[in-house]
Amino acid sequence: MSVAEGVRQRPEPESESEPAYRPKPFSTRLFRSEMALIGGRRRNQMGLLVLAAMPIIMAVATKLTTSDRHRGGDLMSSMTSNGLFVPIAAFLVEMTMFLPLAIAMLSGDSIAGEANLGTLRYLLTVPVSRTRLLAVKFASLCAGALWGVLVVAIPGAIVGIALFGFGPMPTLSGTTLGAAEAIGRLVLVCLYLTAGLSALAAVGLFISTLTEQPIGAAVAVMIVTIVSWILVGVPQLSWLHPWLLVNHWMAFEDFVRDPIAWDAPLAGVRLFALYAVVFWTLAWARFAGKDVTS
Amino acid sequence: MTAAVLPLAVSTAGLTKRFGSRTVVSDLAMAVPTGSVYGFLGPNGSGKTTTIRMLLALVTPTTGTREVLGCPIPDAADRALHRVGALVEGPAFHPYLSGRANLARLDAADRHTDPATAKARIDAALDRVGLLAAATKRYRAYSLGMRQRLAIAGALLTPRDLLVLDEPTNGLDPQGTREVRSLVASLAADGTTVLVSSHLLSEVEQMCTHLGVMREGELVAQGTVAEIRGKSRPVSRVLTSQPDAAATVLRGLGLAEVTSRPGEAHGIPGGVAPEAIVAALVGAGVPVAGFTVTSASLEDLFVALTGEGFDVSG
Repeated sequence: MSVAEGVRQRPEPESESEPAYRPKPFSTRLFRSEMALIGGRRRNQMGLLVLAAMPIIMAVATKLTTSDRHRGGDLMSSMTSNGLFVPIAAFLVEMTMFLPLAIAMLSGDSIAGEANLGTLRYLLTVPVSRTRLLAVKFASLCAGALWGVLVVAIPGAIVGIALFGFGPMPTLSGTTLGAAEAIGRLVLVCLYLTAGLSALAAVGLFISTLTEQPIGAAVAVMIVTIVSWILVGVPQLSWLHPWLLVNHWMAFEDFVRDPIAWDAPLAGVRLFALYAVVFWTLAWARFAGKDVTS
Repeated sequence: MTAAVLPLAVSTAGLTKRFGSRTVVSDLAMAVPTGSVYGFLGPNGSGKTTTIRMLLALVTPTTGTREVLGCPIPDAADRALHRVGALVEGPAFHPYLSGRANLARLDAADRHTDPATAKARIDAALDRVGLLAAATKRYRAYSLGMRQRLAIAGALLTPRDLLVLDEPTNGLDPQGTREVRSLVASLAADGTTVLVSSHLLSEVEQMCTHLGVMREGELVAQGTVAEIRGKSRPVSRVLTSQPDAAATVLRGLGLAEVTSRPGEAHGIPGGVAPEAIVAALVGAGVPVAGFTVTSASLEDLFVALTGEGFDVSG
């Protein structure tokens, strides 16, 4: 091992004068490193490809099987009248399975993955405070949710416009919207679904602090999602439905009405925020004093 | 007694950890003087790693207190730990990232390091452990020795006041072990305090100034190497064709615990000078083929303190 410059020792341990670099109160370095880690992983890249492929497949299949006659009223059939309906129809399909699955994989990995590799102990001894680590992990999961949503929306919109054009967008209320208004509605849908998936990510972050098995945590998040879908289908449990995330996800349809029916999306946003706060706090309560023996 | 005057880099009082009903570390009073190279010894399972995890705020002790670089842990962990480089229970990195990318991630996590100097510091650390040529290889392609080196490089990303190296020579070949020793020596020469754990005395014996020996969760010996060595008494050994005659002479001189066996006799000289023993042997007509006064090796002492054999304690 050659002796390199640059690793000098501080002669007086107590001296506070030496460190030339003063830590900034807020640094995005760890967050950016986290995003690079998520984005650089082959598994996640494949997942994004699957997410992006769905709207394209749906658009092409619709183009090949339907005539240009447009009936109006439901999302799937509206695809042929305006390309921007392609991502919206794709969300209808992907929110049931693929997007929650993507969030389950990412959030299950967040703490349990680091514990499983052993890198958690090295992050904590850097040191990264546990609160900061949970905050950065959650922020990166929210960014991951946005990433997943955009990967459906943008290719879907491009392919949709290419196949079906970009005319006036019919709403579910029967009226039509101009181009700028239509794009604005799609942006609202994307933000709303990102918030909804981020709430699921908070659940996943909490589950991820309970185990050292990332796959186990991801499966648990998927079970939460699937059981929620089943419960939403049971009318006798209607008292429970307002508290289930998945019940509120589909309220994104209300952004495609004229005017926007705000009640259901606002109730959704309130529940998403409640989930994020409660489950992030549970994760913190679990993780802050936990013995890291992995 | 200079050690008592120096501030302690690591000190613990009554440090105890129980996992369920099992006591892993018991009432530990550890004192690592600033500037020392402290060999933390003990068989596998004697509580060394749990102690190190408690020092690094990874594990909360059941009772007791600990200070690192004068800062109480965990309250001042953020202030203390960025001055501590640590290798805990083997290397752990992201397998699909390169060695350099893994170090960049660790550096990005450190709020106290300057991002502008990150690249230079990472390369310097890689160079210092001889990994610069393999820096762009994925971690999963690294051999065990290279992984160990990368973990040591991670501990050297910034100047440190204390290095905690848990089994740093694990998986290294003899050449690598020598390199780690000389690296520790050069770091210690710069004034870094080093706490190095091992279950093999021979690996750390030559580089340590201080030793602490663990057995079943308790610190059974602690002090400078000389103090610990001083606990054993030297033995005089005569190589001769007449061991019985030699034994008689040794007893006559007042040596304790004199024994003989074919080809040699030995005893504990106490205050009797070696020259006097040899003169008496020659005077009595005992043919002396060889004569040595040896301290019991540290290895013997270590075995006496920790017990022998392959049984994992705890």
